[in-house]
Amino acid sequence: MEERLLVMEGIDKSFPGVHALDHCRFDLKAGEVHALVGENGAGKSTLMKILTGVYTKDEGKIIYKGKEIHVSGTKEAQEMGICIVHQELNLMPHLTVAQNMFIGREFTGKNKAFVNDVEANRRAQVLFDKMNLKLDPKTKVGKITVAMQQMVEIAKALSFDSSVLVMDEPTTALTESETEELFKMIKLLKEKGVGIVYISHRMEEIKRITDRITVMRDGMYVDTVNTAEVEMSQVINMMVGRTIFETANEENYTDKENVVLEVKNLNRGKAIKNVSFKLHKGEILGLSGLMGAGRTEVARAIFGADKFESGEIYVKGQKVKITKPLDAVNHGIGYLSEDRKRYGLTLSETVEQNISLASIDRYTNKLGFTNMSTITEMSQEYVNKLSIKTPSTKQKAKNLSGGNQQKVVIAKWLLRDCDILIFDEPTKGIDVGAKSEIYKLLSQLAKEGKAIIMISSELPEILRMSNRIVVMCEGRITGELDIKDATQEEIMKYATKREA
Amino acid sequence: MQNEVSKNQSGISLKNFINPARAQKFLAFGALILLLIFFSFASPYFMTFDNVVSIMLSTCVNGILALGIIFVIITGGIDLSIGTVMTFSSVMAGVTITTMGLPVWVGIIVAIITGTFCGFISGTLVSRLKLQPFIATLGVMMVTKGLSLVLSGTKPIYFSDTPSFRKITVGSFIKFGAEGKYSIPNGILIFAVMAVIAAIILNKTKLGRYNFAIGSNEEATRLSGVNVEKWKTAIFALCGAFAGVAGVVMAARLDSAQPALGQGYELDAIASVVIGGTSMSGGEGTILGTVIGAFIISTLTNGLKVMGVAQEWQIVITGGVLVLAVLLDKMRKR
Repeated sequence: MEERLLVMEGIDKSFPGVHALDHCRFDLKAGEVHALVGENGAGKSTLMKILTGVYTKDEGKIIYKGKEIHVSGTKEAQEMGICIVHQELNLMPHLTVAQNMFIGREFTGKNKAFVNDVEANRRAQVLFDKMNLKLDPKTKVGKITVAMQQMVEIAKALSFDSSVLVMDEPTTALTESETEELFKMIKLLKEKGVGIVYISHRMEEIKRITDRITVMRDGMYVDTVNTAEVEMSQVINMMVGRTIFETANEENYTDKENVVLEVKNLNRGKAIKNVSFKLHKGEILGLSGLMGAGRTEVARAIFGADKFESGEIYVKGQKVKITKPLDAVNHGIGYLSEDRKRYGLTLSETVEQNISLASIDRYTNKLGFTNMSTITEMSQEYVNKLSIKTPSTKQKAKNLSGGNQQKVVIAKWLLRDCDILIFDEPTKGIDVGAKSEIYKLLSQLAKEGKAIIMISSELPEILRMSNRIVVMCEGRITGELDIKDATQEEIMKYATKREA
Repeated sequence: MQNEVSKNQSGISLKNFINPARAQKFLAFGALILLLIFFSFASPYFMTFDNVVSIMLSTCVNGILALGIIFVIITGGIDLSIGTVMTFSSVMAGVTITTMGLPVWVGIIVAIITGTFCGFISGTLVSRLKLQPFIATLGVMMVTKGLSLVLSGTKPIYFSDTPSFRKITVGSFIKFGAEGKYSIPNGILIFAVMAVIAAIILNKTKLGRYNFAIGSNEEATRLSGVNVEKWKTAIFALCGAFAGVAGVVMAARLDSAQPALGQGYELDAIASVVIGGTSMSGGEGTILGTVIGAFIISTLTNGLKVMGVAQEWQIVITGGVLVLAVLLDKMRKR
């Protein structure tokens, strides 16, 4: 039997109301990329957070380099050479890139109290050069894009001399070319003998870069298989425990005669340039493009979250003035942000409070009292309908897994009866099983006559769900495709059509 | 670092002035200049040497308190106890020097240790026992206020036996003009030195770095392996130490420890920090801004007094300026 770099056995962990991990196991060899897959709340992130010292385990054994270890903090784990790149970015926006990378282990001179930023900047620059990353270490992290912040996280993890590197959905926010850079880096680390745990929902990536796959389901270990010997559909079946819907969206409920939303010559600085498009009743319009193409900016402008400089918005043929989100909601427009934790949820409130947040008026009488029992009832209905995994509607939103949080946001707008729904990366960080549920839900909504704009960075998702595709690049609309003519290549051609 | 700084400065252009960080300093500084110009025209007595020195001297105590509390505010916290901790420190100095008859330097050290200890208690309550900073420091504020009254028997402690104590603030190292006609009181010197120390700690040391990091994203800082509890405690202790120094400067200026004084000083200090462009939500803030903020408050008070505005109206106007400053800052950030 080969030497195992890391073995985790019988790991058990409970949170109030949830048995997150039920005697799970996992092992890692030096120089391998080991995928950890599973549905929402399957316990992947929890298992890895135990390994990297974020949580402490209730039971079980961790053997690292032949010795049993007890990790009681992230710093200890890092010093042992176990690092994690978190799914949610853990950076300090007010500090510079280099300051972020070396936080907790600043370079100091003879006097231990004083920090040496020159050295930190130099080391960061050396690392960026190796990674082929164009980034000034002196830039404040709050000023760079999410994709770049992710790269900083990876660079930070690499800057430790790690033997074990856990990547929790590292490519979610990356463009194709950045993903390629990351894969190159993963290959290099493999050759150096680093063991990499790769958590992802993207099967094509897992197929491409991993050696083995461990599947988890509902906090339990399912199986470990060699990537080369298994079909991805088998892995998906193991994850969900059932066969799932995997065909293209052939349903088209577009009512060509009925334009519900029209945007004319929308402009905002460099972010949005002369954007015009129409959205029909029952249509799913895919809004595609690379990171920073201006898709989210357009969505936020329509929703009134950001001001725009010029342009007109028509809802059902009427010109409307939208200066704040309330205006948009009153015209029946709902927006689901890609960053649900920041813009979609009030995390410390309950599931039902979140679901009813946008429609609370409806359940309030003239004296200002809200009818809590109706709210609970309505929320429970949506919890059932969207199969939101939560012990009750009184559970706090922050205790739900990412996919279930997303469903709560969807429920919020469904309860508000919005006719125009803008989904910004609706399946970001959501596992395959829940993804297909959300896809079904989108089709269902279109069938009911809702008009949907879906922003997505995943081309297969765009191709699968949209009836029509609008492609953006650098703030402009560079192409419009009917689903019949659309291919990944065609979309990419428009997405990279930069201004001469 | 030196090289990079000079490189940046050589590239000063219009763009650099529009840079928000620079604009912020410019805004507070501009406001101070405007105030100075306005009062110079409004009253002939305003721009005299004696009056300017008086403004600076009256800035010292509030300024030193503000220099301390900015560290806590950058973490996103608040320390309501600094005013009464200052008083408690000065009473402790009084007890040490006058009641016990120990040397003046012992009294100074006792005062600073007292302040640091109070800050340490607040910090421990906040970071380790997870109390809200507002509540924890409210408690410490009341406790220290009470202790000051108990220790002093509710009466001022005078430093009549030790004339040298008074010189700490009102004596003067720096004299110029014929026969030392013009002199700068030491209190101003102490304030300047404390400002330099604060700037070095905030910008050059680990404590300063973690201070910004905690205010920017506390959880991420903790996950980076930084002992957040320890550093937060240290930051509160540092704030307390500044309150201790302020206590000495205050007592020396009044030549007595006044146990009933102190409450309300924390709010002036917070106002100075905020007028100086520091956000109460944490993660950002500058020492220079805070110093300017403190000067704006004392200039305003002094100028209105020189103009003959009643004291109660001075308070109303200062409050208005505070709100205006924060509003302007918000508009700038938009």
